[in-house]
Amino acid sequence: MKTISRIYTALIFIFLFAPIVILLVFSFNEAKSLSVFSGFSLKWYRELFRDEATLSSVKNTLLLATSAMVISTVIGTAASVGIQRLRSKFYRSVMNTVTDIPMTNPDIITGISLMLMFVFVGRLFGAGTSLNFWTMLIAHVTFCLPYIILQVLPKLQQMDPALPEAAMDLGCTPLRAFFKATLPEIMPGVITGAIMAFTLSLDDFVISYFTSGNGFQTLPIRIYNMTKKTVTPKMYALSTIIFFVILALLLLTNLTNNDDARRMKEARRNQNQTKT
Amino acid sequence: MKKIVTAVLAAALMLTLAFALTGCGASETLTLNVYNWGEYISDGSEDSFDTIAEFEAWYEETYGQKVNVNYDTYTSNEDMYAKLSAGAVSYDVIIPSDYMIARMAQEDMLLPLNFDNIPNYKNIDSTFHGLYYDPDDTYSVPYTYGIVGIIYDANVVDEADATGWDLMWNEKYSGSILQFNNARDAFGTAMYKLNIDVNTTDHAEWDRAYEALMEQRPLRYGLVMDEIFNMMEAGEAAVGAYYAGDYFTMVDDQAEDVDLQFYYPDPTNYFVDAMCIPSCCEHKELAEIFINYMLSEEPAIANAEYTYYASPNTAVVSSPVYIEDMGEDVLEVLYPPMDDFSALYNLYAYRNLDQATLDYLNTLWENVKIN
Amino acid sequence: MKQSVQFRKGRGHHLLLAPYSVWSALFIVVPLVFIAYYAFTDNNFAFTTENITRFFTTKSNVTAADGSVSEVRTYLLIFMRSLKLSVISTALCLLLGYPTAYIMARSSDRAQKIMLTLIMIPMWMNFLIRTYAWMTILQDTGILNGLLSSLHLPNIHIIGTESAVVIGMVYDYFPYMVLPIYSIMAKMDVRLLEAARDLGCNGVSVLRRVIFPLSLPGVLSGITMVLIPSISTFYISQKLGSGKFFLIGDAIEGQYIANNLHFAAAMAFILMLILLVCMYLMKYFTNRHLYGGGEA
Repeated sequence: MKTISRIYTALIFIFLFAPIVILLVFSFNEAKSLSVFSGFSLKWYRELFRDEATLSSVKNTLLLATSAMVISTVIGTAASVGIQRLRSKFYRSVMNTVTDIPMTNPDIITGISLMLMFVFVGRLFGAGTSLNFWTMLIAHVTFCLPYIILQVLPKLQQMDPALPEAAMDLGCTPLRAFFKATLPEIMPGVITGAIMAFTLSLDDFVISYFTSGNGFQTLPIRIYNMTKKTVTPKMYALSTIIFFVILALLLLTNLTNNDDARRMKEARRNQNQTKT
Repeated sequence: MKKIVTAVLAAALMLTLAFALTGCGASETLTLNVYNWGEYISDGSEDSFDTIAEFEAWYEETYGQKVNVNYDTYTSNEDMYAKLSAGAVSYDVIIPSDYMIARMAQEDMLLPLNFDNIPNYKNIDSTFHGLYYDPDDTYSVPYTYGIVGIIYDANVVDEADATGWDLMWNEKYSGSILQFNNARDAFGTAMYKLNIDVNTTDHAEWDRAYEALMEQRPLRYGLVMDEIFNMMEAGEAAVGAYYAGDYFTMVDDQAEDVDLQFYYPDPTNYFVDAMCIPSCCEHKELAEIFINYMLSEEPAIANAEYTYYASPNTAVVSSPVYIEDMGEDVLEVLYPPMDDFSALYNLYAYRNLDQATLDYLNTLWENVKIN
Repeated sequence: MKQSVQFRKGRGHHLLLAPYSVWSALFIVVPLVFIAYYAFTDNNFAFTTENITRFFTTKSNVTAADGSVSEVRTYLLIFMRSLKLSVISTALCLLLGYPTAYIMARSSDRAQKIMLTLIMIPMWMNFLIRTYAWMTILQDTGILNGLLSSLHLPNIHIIGTESAVVIGMVYDYFPYMVLPIYSIMAKMDVRLLEAARDLGCNGVSVLRRVIFPLSLPGVLSGITMVLIPSISTFYISQKLGSGKFFLIGDAIEGQYIANNLHFAAAMAFILMLILLVCMYLMKYFTNRHLYGGGEA
């Protein structure tokens, strides 16, 4: 059984990483082609770092993903606490339904509906441009929010409601009680939600396609717009770099995580020792 | 974990701040918004001329003021038109193709140019004056032009078959034929083949072209745009129509067992992409200075070399540097001998179709796609 | 004292909920009103149902592989094709993803963490680039056939077929299936499984009677998260289907590009309604399955 599951897992990961290996290999291609490998070269990495437009689209993508993550995490976490404490069954089911909408709506509908609204409102106020960084940010926060709530709400439900109450009885303001008692308990959910929001925003193409505007084009939009000419291996080089940066980051988090765990264990041991 | 999260949050905050600050700093700098096709300007890659950066530097040197060019890209004329006409975006300079210029001019979406600010317009060859889409040369300055041709793999295709549009309908190469994945160009190939006016309003004529595309269907590898580069290079497909200059990009990277060749069928499509100023423009004079800069020798040569498309600019065509860089064989293809470009052009270029015909074309195109 | 606690609690949550309420009203609910508004108006914003009827009544001729011609309702056909491909992709995702999630949940903490990150990594690389890389693999002259040739196996033609589109969809949405199922399975009480085994269940029936019912909510959200984006995608079908598969996403995007915003909105509106009904039915039946007949 164990061997079968090992082989199965290996096959799944081969499937998942096959295209990434392709990216990696062709990023070192000498030619401009993505299907004919003509020799090893670092040319496309050099080109990438000279290509200001691509670099600025990477900067835009990161900026958008981080902003969307921060805003949606703050609003979403607050909303989860609010929803958790709602007594009115009706209000609660309304909130749940609304939260479900962006998840059961295809991207294309979220994108088009927001675009129609922005354009309409823009026209109403006679604005020259109705799509820009802010409309894209709104769109991204909107589709990230449900993921935050879905991650945080279950954690709140698992939490002992007496905790923040006890904190308040001990003289904490509600805000302090939240930060001191509630937040540490739900932190895993908040972090998972934030990571999901960041990932989704980073990878989103369809919604960005409909809501992108002046002076702010993200990487997916830039790549899509290469339709008339060819997609250059610069983009493969970029993906390869992203891959290694993430890998490094993950290794780093894993290491520090272990450190945290060890430190916590040590602290607990020390406590026990002082007790005894 | 906490440390990482704090670090990420701090980085995010700083990024946001930096963004806000650059936004504020922009009040003293002029901003020029340029909207162009993707990969359609010399951008400094492979040691080429970095048009945008050079313009910014040149402007500051000449006028003593900083200018920041916001350069965005679009994927098709229709994409650009959809965004502009909805008022979703606003730009100072755009580079649409001919038929789109005609449409936008008709819909008052373009501003007449002040040619006092564009003295380099003298560089434009006189054969590109008064083309149908802008008969009085009011709205546009040509950027590139080109002719649609057929690319084929000589290791697969018999030399004898390589004439006219029939090659794209030749059953011998079934499964290896690439067709455009956009309505106008795809119907164009069928209409040139059948000798139908590509701008006809007669629905029956469009139906005939549709029948031809349906006839081609079982022979087609697929409907493609940018994918054609990789497919022709790898020998994945053997026949395909595309824009003249792009053939050379493919030849440069072709696989060992592939021998790409090129010819112009007759009649075929002639196109011109030209720089215009849309009516939402906020810095018209600056936009005109930019257009003028694009016409001056160095940037014009760089862009012609980068795009591999033919240039309407005499300063480019007569430049020894350009001739040497491109090479005899490339120039022969890009600038085939023509008695009278503008006459051929006005006969075979795409024109703006009326709404009813456009709708009809869209419906037919959807039918092609679902089959 | 008691009252003041009540007071504190009573006010706080409305304040916390306020930003989200306003946000979701403005950017989730109102845009849907706009979709409906555009769907039921013409270019001059006068009321019309023409866009909606056009979706259901437009007809065209389709030639089958054997050359026979039949008349079909264009957009319904496009919708059915999209549905078919996305259902196949979702089923495959579930088939491949469920065991993956199960294996993950049963692994050591360290292995779980590693596998989780490995599954997420592809999502951080650009979606369009990933799809492009699949073209390089699946082409007739591509990596896969090169591999087959070197093993002296016959080559296969995948690119431009339904299989290629399905592979692209399965690949791109696979993490969305695994993650929710995994997160439920990881929390599952091991004692429950042991109890079932002690009570005489064999491996298969533990899976069927205990694990699967418990993981159903995860399966459900996995299905939603794969089905929804795959039904409306328009890039995968263009690239891996060699432009031969025209899905509902392509149709909507095509109308947007052709500047027929109102018809695009109408298509989006209808798609949204159909999916809402599907999702409701799915929830209804799983609830019935989970909690027995009466309650829903």
